[in-house]
Amino acid sequence: MALLAPLALATIGPAMATDAANWEQVLTEARGETVYFNAWGGSANINAYIQWAGDAVKARYGVTVVQVKLDDTARAVTSVLAEKTAGRNQHGSVDLIWINGENFAAMKRQGLLFSPGWATKLPNWDLVDIDNQPTTTTDFTIPTDGLESPWGAAKLVFFYDEARTPKKDLPDSAKDLLSFAKAHPGRFSYPQPPDFIGSSFLKQVLSELIADRTKLQKPVDDATFDADVAPLFAYLDQLHPLLWRKGKAFPKNYPDMKQKLADGELDIIFAFNPAEASAGIAAGELPGSVRSFVFSKGTLGNTHFVGIPYNANAKAGALVLANFLLSPEAQVRKQDPKIWGDPTVLAVSKLPEADRAAFAALDLGVATLPPDKLGATLAEPHPDWMTRIEAEWIKRYGAAN
Amino acid sequence: MGRQTEQNHIRPQAGGSMRDRFSVSGLVLAMIGLPILAGLAGTVGPAFGLLPALGGGHLTLDHFAELAAQPHLSRSALISFATAIVTTGVSLVLVMLFTAGYAGTRMFSRIQHLVSPLLAIPHAAAAFGLAFLVAPSGLAMRLVSPGLTDYGSPPDWLVPQDPLGLTMMAGLIVKEMPFLFLVTLAALPQVPLVQARQLSASLGYGRIRGFLISVWPLLYRQIRLPVFAVLAYASSVVDVAMILGPALPAPLAVRITEWMADSDLQMRFLASAGALLQFALTVAAMVTWLVLEQIGSVLLRWMSRSGVRKADDRLLRRSACAAMTLSAALVFLGLAVLFLWSIAGLWPFPALLPGSVTFQAWMRALPQAGDAIATTISLASSSAAIALLFSIGLLWQGGVRDSRAFSSVLYLPLIVPQLCFVFGLQILSVALGFDASFALLLFVHLIFVLPYVTLSLSQPWQALDQRYETLAAGLGKSPLQVLLHVRLPLLTRACLTAFAVGFAVSAGLYLPTLLIGAGRIVTITTEAVALSSGGDRRAIGIYALLQTLVPFGGFLIASLVPHLLFRDRRAMRI
Repeated sequence: MALLAPLALATIGPAMATDAANWEQVLTEARGETVYFNAWGGSANINAYIQWAGDAVKARYGVTVVQVKLDDTARAVTSVLAEKTAGRNQHGSVDLIWINGENFAAMKRQGLLFSPGWATKLPNWDLVDIDNQPTTTTDFTIPTDGLESPWGAAKLVFFYDEARTPKKDLPDSAKDLLSFAKAHPGRFSYPQPPDFIGSSFLKQVLSELIADRTKLQKPVDDATFDADVAPLFAYLDQLHPLLWRKGKAFPKNYPDMKQKLADGELDIIFAFNPAEASAGIAAGELPGSVRSFVFSKGTLGNTHFVGIPYNANAKAGALVLANFLLSPEAQVRKQDPKIWGDPTVLAVSKLPEADRAAFAALDLGVATLPPDKLGATLAEPHPDWMTRIEAEWIKRYGAAN
Repeated sequence: MGRQTEQNHIRPQAGGSMRDRFSVSGLVLAMIGLPILAGLAGTVGPAFGLLPALGGGHLTLDHFAELAAQPHLSRSALISFATAIVTTGVSLVLVMLFTAGYAGTRMFSRIQHLVSPLLAIPHAAAAFGLAFLVAPSGLAMRLVSPGLTDYGSPPDWLVPQDPLGLTMMAGLIVKEMPFLFLVTLAALPQVPLVQARQLSASLGYGRIRGFLISVWPLLYRQIRLPVFAVLAYASSVVDVAMILGPALPAPLAVRITEWMADSDLQMRFLASAGALLQFALTVAAMVTWLVLEQIGSVLLRWMSRSGVRKADDRLLRRSACAAMTLSAALVFLGLAVLFLWSIAGLWPFPALLPGSVTFQAWMRALPQAGDAIATTISLASSSAAIALLFSIGLLWQGGVRDSRAFSSVLYLPLIVPQLCFVFGLQILSVALGFDASFALLLFVHLIFVLPYVTLSLSQPWQALDQRYETLAAGLGKSPLQVLLHVRLPLLTRACLTAFAVGFAVSAGLYLPTLLIGAGRIVTITTEAVALSSGGDRRAIGIYALLQTLVPFGGFLIASLVPHLLFRDRRAMRI
């Protein structure tokens, strides 16, 4: 390995740095490149959307897109890390990566991302809703510094089947949810942490119950950690015996919960995409009587991004794809529940008339709450919290059997 | 009488310059040994704190301390250990009793046809099928609800993922039993079954007892390595454990995989230390098995010394037969449910059948799966074919037999749990500047395929009656002629089975394909696992079926070709 390093370094010199500010040159450079887009591949409709985007940039910019379907985004981080370990600082295998939260924090900390920041130099950056969606520039309290480009918005939304559960029984806070579970034992659960949605549920409860919510915006303070999270675990201690399987097993992830709602095993589930229920109904996976609700005092919201590894082989092609994903055309298609249903990160008001009309014409589906009914947004805690409460969770409940 | 085949033959000395000119074993040794050693180094290093890219620059035992501090670690390890022993034990005893009760009968070949295709079904697919069957909202409950049970919604039972891991063990047994059965089948023609049966029957022994006393020790010796492979596999399985196994805490291998995939890169150190613990656990399971073997041998000796005939063993025999049939039926029924889900519209509990049928999911999946299927087939057939050639060369040169050290290297990839060295392997391949290419992936697949192929072929190879060859050599045939005209034709069935096993192994490889193929080379298995992370039953159904059909082709060939070839040769049929 040591012998190879000088060789690798020698080839870095002559290559010109790709710069998003010089867009004409990016387009020239990108033509003919193949972008390996590492994205979670667990959802057929998202894969189809990525395929569509790939076909579009192929036709328009001559950039070929290959989706590398991951079962866990961390695997792509592992690949980049392994390449760095081996001294492969160029021609890496990952060109673009779908990322946010702790994965982003880890990559940023380890210097695994293409820098300096490029996202704010993209031609479509000006359309991004940075005023109303602060999460487009702050990813779980970590400033993005333009190292990743926003792709879609996410908000924690709950779903239920109105044919089985009367609307008046629905909880309006974490505390209410506990009462609901007492009245309906075995009919609620959450994905087992460290599943992303499951950990988000823990953060939602923590955000509601912690004495001083501003603490969550800073890294964990070891001295007060136990006291800070005490209300969360007191809550979970009460909740767990009332859960599905009495808390001895948990759903794997959101799609698993969705299946269990359809099977009638669960009464209330939740997702990070407000359109999930409508999409599930359209796909025949959920009964037509499923509806959405949120907590009136707010639920967690965040943004998901695309990032470029420092050693990406097709940086120009990756920039072109990232910019295309931000285009009104791609964003409106993404928000269509028949396609995917993922909310836009653009400020619709800033768009040209035709694009505004396209967004307005979207039928969000019977089970989707309109943007003004989604309620307040609670800020994501610093990634530190997620890691710490996940570890604490496993320590306490890891051997429930 | 049975010992004759083992000992009384004088092996013809490997003469002939062809055999000595170059050493296949040397080549294979380097091909398998080096990558694995390098991969292990890539695991051992970080376990002791060495991984420069992450700032690990000095030796330390901290990561083992950290490992020991992981909550509920001993429970995880205990479940893995118990799974290994129980799975291997139950599968082996079932195969043993069934073979003892029925080998040589018509029922035997009937069950053989029922069970053999099970080998082609990937573990994950079988596990999903089983889960869809036995879950509280599964087909079994729908059959009796709400009519018999009064359940309008599924009961809150902890199945699968039961705390003792029984569902997981069942899922493994239904898959490992066909494997052991097939290797038993391949070894069976090499033992004097008919004579032994006649003798023990004339002495008044029941079928099972007579078989166990006279034939089993010979047979077991031949399938011993596959048994250890099952043990190693069951102790470190990830996919089945994730689908059917307990989650709180999960078996050890699942937790290590999670640590490896953790976004906190510092967890790699912990994962590496965990991988070494997994290694130790697998070794411990093997040592335990050695003890169990001794106990078994004492029991057998006691059985034969006691002189008890136990002439009527119908109940035991039929129970073994029923268990074999039941497990095969479970897997096939599971596949049928997978298929139903793949075309189901909305299908709420407790409806026995989907409310509507739609091919939407298939139409969405198939165009995307075409390339993956093509890659899987070309990768699997080329790696299995190359591995078969190497195996024949190896066995012909006597490499496997002659050197203990050599055979332990050959079986290393089979006995060392995959996750103990794939991460290190990936670092190595990147360090050498290899891009993800078909050739590189083929090479890595060979590391895993070759042992299985050799394992599958070596027992029948070594047990083949050498007098045929002695005779041919006496007639003046060269060693190569003897190989081509006497040995290989006699071993056609074994060769084809070995090919099919290799094909299935390659088609089912997940972790190495993902890491070495860097996600750019996609097989049906990597697609299936990526999609199953989404938990979409329809997509799972489709990919599990595709994953089953591909290797099934290989086994179909392996079972049909001998039928055609040996139509007119009665002694060559089983």
